[in-house]
Amino acid sequence: MRVSRRAIIAGLGAAGLAPVLAPALVHAEQFAGTYDPKAEEVADGIWMVRGADEPIAFSNGGAIANSVIIATDDGAVVVDPGPSLSYGRAIRALAERVTGKPVVRVYVTHLHPDHSFGAGAFDARSVHALPATRHDLERDGEGFSDALFRVLADWMKGTTVVMPQGDVTAGEVVIGGRKLRLFALDGHSSGDLAILDEATGTLIGGDLVFHDRAPATPHANLDGWLTALDRLDGVPHDLVIPGHGPLDSGNAAIAQTRDWLTWIQGMLNDAVLSGKDMSEAGATPIPERFADIKVARYELQRSVSHFYPGLEAKLLPMVGN
Amino acid sequence: MRIANNILPAAATLVMALAASPALGGELPADPLGSPMWEYHAEKLFTGGPVVFDSRVKVILPVVAEDQHVVPVTVDARKLDGVKRIVVFADLNPIPVAIDYRPMDAAPFVATRIKLDQRTPVRAAVQLADGSWHVAGEWIDAAGGGCSAPPLSRVRGDWADHLGELRGAAWSEGDTTRLRFGFRHPMDTGLVENIPAYNIETVRVMDADGREVASMDVYGSVAEDPAFTLVVDRDGPMEVAARDTSGLEFAGELAPMSGKKQTAKP
Repeated sequence: MRVSRRAIIAGLGAAGLAPVLAPALVHAEQFAGTYDPKAEEVADGIWMVRGADEPIAFSNGGAIANSVIIATDDGAVVVDPGPSLSYGRAIRALAERVTGKPVVRVYVTHLHPDHSFGAGAFDARSVHALPATRHDLERDGEGFSDALFRVLADWMKGTTVVMPQGDVTAGEVVIGGRKLRLFALDGHSSGDLAILDEATGTLIGGDLVFHDRAPATPHANLDGWLTALDRLDGVPHDLVIPGHGPLDSGNAAIAQTRDWLTWIQGMLNDAVLSGKDMSEAGATPIPERFADIKVARYELQRSVSHFYPGLEAKLLPMVGN
Repeated sequence: MRIANNILPAAATLVMALAASPALGGELPADPLGSPMWEYHAEKLFTGGPVVFDSRVKVILPVVAEDQHVVPVTVDARKLDGVKRIVVFADLNPIPVAIDYRPMDAAPFVATRIKLDQRTPVRAAVQLADGSWHVAGEWIDAAGGGCSAPPLSRVRGDWADHLGELRGAAWSEGDTTRLRFGFRHPMDTGLVENIPAYNIETVRVMDADGREVASMDVYGSVAEDPAFTLVVDRDGPMEVAARDTSGLEFAGELAPMSGKKQTAKP
């Protein structure tokens, strides 16, 4: 429709203003903000840095995963440096401020970019991960990078895929007098690192443990994940820092993650066997006990996408030909 | 040109009528989704009747296109009577139309999975016996490359080993039967270097007497290993047959209650 210039000017009363300006506002350029991570001391010499319990989005700069800072006599240990170079820098500055020492070790718990992409802010030799995680990053790092730049744009400025230089092996490690027990597990991905701080009984679960935030399954093996949770359950601990969601001072987070994954597994099987299509499976009602879990519908539909075609290939009978 | 029919009192109506194809026999409604390709597709697809946006057509899409190679789309037009065709298309896909479904003795319901090459409206256009088109849809965000990246079976190299394998089952739903089936097929779009277009192009469903109860034209924007959910107004065994662009034919029978038998398995 042609609208004359005169008509637009005539329409510039209060009522006319909104429709004329609205498209411009909708398409206004958005600028990345500044990360402002906050450290909360949850045990003696251990700080939790909370991510937003949301999907990765421009509005949160991708800062959705929890990070952890551990003080030692030699310097700070950072677990999961976050989604981008500038987030990694902010975490490094925060770790130096709360511990009063430089960062001497960074652990990346697994491949996912919301946990791993901040590694570029640190000396690459200090960044350690399971060999499986490095292998996964070599395979998927560029793809993750494309996906994150697309969604996060300027938040990602300068971020490159930095390969961890140090190999983690399971067992005890002492850094600056602080004893950490490292667990080489899998299930959320093909390499999932969990860490127990022995002095405080703090278990850092990485993304094997979610809490009041629905578990994400893009590289998951659900049976393996459940086995890993049994393993973590058997490790004596007083606190659990989940990969996503609030601190757990009991055993709620491990139990809740197991409950959700068991439900998802059964629900998807039932959906395939009862003839539901993917959209119908994605609309499955979420049980009342998960009502307070954030982004539940979103992760449920993601899990449908991750598992449904494979389950159909397994469960539906071959016919014909 | 049938300009004479379009000389109407309101100037605005005249402008819109001229913008629309004369073949429509009516003006094209403004697109509630504001798609840049709405008029282009509408003029090509909607021959033979007026076009309306109709909320009785339900297009169910996920909240996120988690995998742009496999995006589920379900169309449910069971609130409309006399449905002849359901065309599913994505405005901004390089191969816009995914399926063109004709439910002869079947409910106006279809689910499949499509590839998306970018953020786009995904729509269903439902044509009734009177020729009218009833359209609904919504935008869905997607990363690039759904149509222009090679299928997984091409990357693995095993596509030919399983070509045409058919899996499926049938579930009774009162007087109707729900069919779910899928073929192993790369569904090459022709948009990937050195891989020519190669896709399943027709799917037909026949009852035990060989009468066709549903048929579908299928395009390269349907996901690899195409899968379909249909609801036919019959019981008894159903023959499912597909043909691809090389003329290969794949067929199999979905036994009645085969879905239930699956469910009963431990």
